[in-house]
Amino acid sequence: MTHLDDSSTTAAATSAHDVTSTTFASTGTRATRLIGIATLVAMGWLVLFGLVFSPADVNQGESVRFFYIHAPTIWVAYNSFIVTAFASGAYLFTKKHSLGWDRLAGASAEIGVVFVALTLLTGALWGRLTWGVFWRWDARLTTTALLFTAYIGYLAIRRLGGTHHQRARRSAVIGLLSVLLIPLVHWSVVIWRGLHQEATVLGTDADADIDGIMLFSILVGVVAFSLFYVWFVLHRTRVLAMEDLVEERGLDAALDARRAEAAATDGGGS
Amino acid sequence: MTVAFIDDAGFIFSGYAITFLAVGVLAWRVVRSGRSLAKQIPDDEKHWT
Repeated sequence: MTHLDDSSTTAAATSAHDVTSTTFASTGTRATRLIGIATLVAMGWLVLFGLVFSPADVNQGESVRFFYIHAPTIWVAYNSFIVTAFASGAYLFTKKHSLGWDRLAGASAEIGVVFVALTLLTGALWGRLTWGVFWRWDARLTTTALLFTAYIGYLAIRRLGGTHHQRARRSAVIGLLSVLLIPLVHWSVVIWRGLHQEATVLGTDADADIDGIMLFSILVGVVAFSLFYVWFVLHRTRVLAMEDLVEERGLDAALDARRAEAAATDGGGS
Repeated sequence: MTVAFIDDAGFIFSGYAITFLAVGVLAWRVVRSGRSLAKQIPDDEKHWT
């Protein structure tokens, strides 16, 4: 597989298609612009509610403000990986084997990995304030790190060589297996009681024991990061589609050049 | 409107700053790569146009 930054591929791709227009439609559309604006508004609300409007917690004090970014990022990461698994299954088990599913799986995993990293980072800072340490080999922390590592592996496998369908097949298998870690991460606080608290909003109790404005603040966080997720995946799947096209064009151009070279050699030899 | 006093403000602001910085970098990178690639592909091959 040729990397995008490979200048020969890019040059070949450009020469294969005679570009005459000076304006190009990028990955943005009216829908993505609207989602982008909504994301910015929601992020602004998140800062206001997370840092200004919500009160300090009785037990945790001001450090509870981490809650409004820490929990939404892992929530979006879980959903990203579930979408990756669904799209992987759709690629593998539908007759068409559409690469669109594979690109959706890849884009979703990319943002999921970033959000798990943010969960680990904000969790470390929060842990320093509440537990006195950045990291403990607690069950929740360890399984979350394992989840992060698994999806780093998934993204690495996507970059291995081969055709687009070979990439799609092997990454789909990993995408379906890796998602099995999510229940382990989520229930780790119940299975192995450690430092990390049990789920506050999505716990087993029907009633969330949380102040109204705090609950609203966390919902603002979930909405903000979910909107960003949708915005990012729309753009990223389009970028991945263009990357595949550029790569195909580069390969076609290289094959044409090789055939022309072979024909010239045969002609000269006869 | 009064800004709440925040204990250990450095940690809390750092957490928010890292999060929004990461989101911003991710957004900037995807838009930049989209613009760069868009020049190499005719518009009629972009299914979203």
